[in-house]
Amino acid sequence: MSPGKTIEPFWWSLFSVGGVVAAFLLPVHLFLHGLAIPLGWVSLSHARLLALVGQPVIKLYLFVLIALPLYHCFHRLRFILEDIGLHGYRALLAVLCYGSAITGTIATIWVLLHI
Amino acid sequence: MTAPRAAGSGLYYPKMSPTWWLSRPGYIRFMIREVTSVFIAIFLVILLIQVHKIAQGPEAYAAMVAKLRAPGWIVFHVVALVFALYHTVTWFMATGVIQVVRIGDRQVPPALVVAGNFVAWVAVSLFILYWLLARS
Repeated sequence: MSPGKTIEPFWWSLFSVGGVVAAFLLPVHLFLHGLAIPLGWVSLSHARLLALVGQPVIKLYLFVLIALPLYHCFHRLRFILEDIGLHGYRALLAVLCYGSAITGTIATIWVLLHI
Repeated sequence: MTAPRAAGSGLYYPKMSPTWWLSRPGYIRFMIREVTSVFIAIFLVILLIQVHKIAQGPEAYAAMVAKLRAPGWIVFHVVALVFALYHTVTWFMATGVIQVVRIGDRQVPPALVVAGNFVAWVAVSLFILYWLLARS
C-alpha cells in the first residue's frame, strides 16, 4: 500500500452497510425469532421455515441479514476496547475483531450451504 | 472514535484514563450506544444457530425454540430488541444529518430524510411480518 493509504475505508464501508442492514431489518427479526415465536404469540411451522430457508434468494437475504451487521458490531467493539485504553494492542484488536467477523461470515456461509 | 493520526509510523493518542467516558453524560451515552453492539452480535449468532436447527429438522428446531422460552433468554431478547430499536432511531437521526439529498438544486430538509427512513423502515418491517405470517 502506498504511504498514507490504509485498509480502514474498507472496514468502515462494511461497518456502514452493516449499520444500515441492522437499522432496517434487525428489530423485526429480533421480535419474531427472539420473542414472538418462542412465546407462542405467532405460529410459524417448521415445514414453512424449512421451505423458506431452502430458497436461494432467502439464503442470500439471511447472508446479508447475519453477516453484514457482524462487521458493524465488531468494528464498534474494536473501538470500544481502544477507547478504554488498549491502544497498545491496536493491531491485535483489529485482528481479533475483524477475525471474529470473518469467522462469523464463514460460519454463516457454511450453515446456509448445509441446508 | 479514531484518534487523530500523526505523520510517520506511529499513531498519537492523548493520555486518558480507562474511565474517561464516565466524566460526562454524553460520553456515557456514547459508550452505552457502542456496547449495545455486543448484544446485537450475540443475537446474530443465535439467529444463525436457529437457521442451522431449522435445517437439522423439526425436533432440533423445537428444542431450540423451547430453550429460548427460558426467562433468561426472554430478558436477553427484550434488552436486545430495545438496543436494536435504539440503533435504528439513532442511525436514522444521524443519516438525516450526514446524507444530503437534493432534488434539482434544492436540498431536501434533513427532517424529511429522517421521516422517509422511518416510513421505509416501518413498511419493510410490516412487509416481512405479513409475508412470514399472513401467508403461512
